[in-house]
Amino acid sequence: MKLWPALLLCAALAAQAQRLSGHAFMSPATQALQNDDTQNPAFLWVRDGQQRFDAACARCHSRGSQRGVAPRYPAWDAVLGKPVTLSARINLCQVRHVKATPFAPESDALLGLEAFIAHQSRGMPVQAPADARLAPFVQQGQRLFNQRIGQLDLSCAQCHEQLAGRRLGGSTIPQAHPTGYPLYRLEWQAVGSLQRRLRQCMGGVRAEPYAFGSDELTALELYLMQRAAGMPLETPAVRP
Amino acid sequence: MATLRTILTAPASARVGEVVEIRTLAQHPMETGYRRSSEGELLPRDLLRRVECRFDGELVFAADLHAAISANPYLAFQLKLPRSGTLSVSWAGDRGVAHSESVQISAT
Repeated sequence: MKLWPALLLCAALAAQAQRLSGHAFMSPATQALQNDDTQNPAFLWVRDGQQRFDAACARCHSRGSQRGVAPRYPAWDAVLGKPVTLSARINLCQVRHVKATPFAPESDALLGLEAFIAHQSRGMPVQAPADARLAPFVQQGQRLFNQRIGQLDLSCAQCHEQLAGRRLGGSTIPQAHPTGYPLYRLEWQAVGSLQRRLRQCMGGVRAEPYAFGSDELTALELYLMQRAAGMPLETPAVRP
Repeated sequence: MATLRTILTAPASARVGEVVEIRTLAQHPMETGYRRSSEGELLPRDLLRRVECRFDGELVFAADLHAAISANPYLAFQLKLPRSGTLSVSWAGDRGVAHSESVQISAT
């Protein structure tokens, strides 16, 4: 519990001094909230997900068998013939195997399960799956990342690569390494997914956000995770 | 009526007379009653009103919560442990919300 922020720091300093998680850009107070599991409000969702997992998923999946799963998502789905995010995988399992209705995007049930599963891989490096079929989708994600959008005519890269570390109003612009999702955002006063964050950023540059679960958001998520490969997973993180 | 999701953190054991920290976290929207929805309707007030902590039935900490306290309120306080016993925290609020969680602390 006390060790992993130190590990995070060492890993960040040693291997990739130029790449930093959003954790490094936060105030010490917000960092303290994330570093202590008994203060981190995201654990309310993790605990909720654990109960849902035990009730519905434990018939097939043993507890703890999800360690190592989250760092390699989004991953290829052979049936759909395209990459799917972890939350989409949970919903596919819900439809294909549990034979139930899928959870709504950003519902507490889905976020709880995703947070519980991803939390088991905390501290493990993000690992892009070595799958050649993903390559065109990574390229699509990269294209979207560098494409100017919205009335403000800004691309993700302009802020999060060229101006990272500088300030936008009162907040520091992070490097857009999504290593802590789903995470508790103080602004939301709730846990939210990476897609919620991406949609909010698109609203910020006054562009029409892509729908939850759309191929575009999945491609962006895929590119961002490949871009963050090797960085340790922080789920559930806290962000301002 | 409704229950809450809560996390109560206390040391499982401590020395008699030791000052221990008790941490509580409750999942709650803490809706003020002053905000409006995107359709312009007033969102009804939904607050946790009272948090009480009892050690073997004796009240050791209590707090009245009001609007402008953030969602998912976190409360921490310190307690001088008199003996082994059961620490019980109860939350109560609007819409008939009532929930309690307890933990056993053994003092040596």
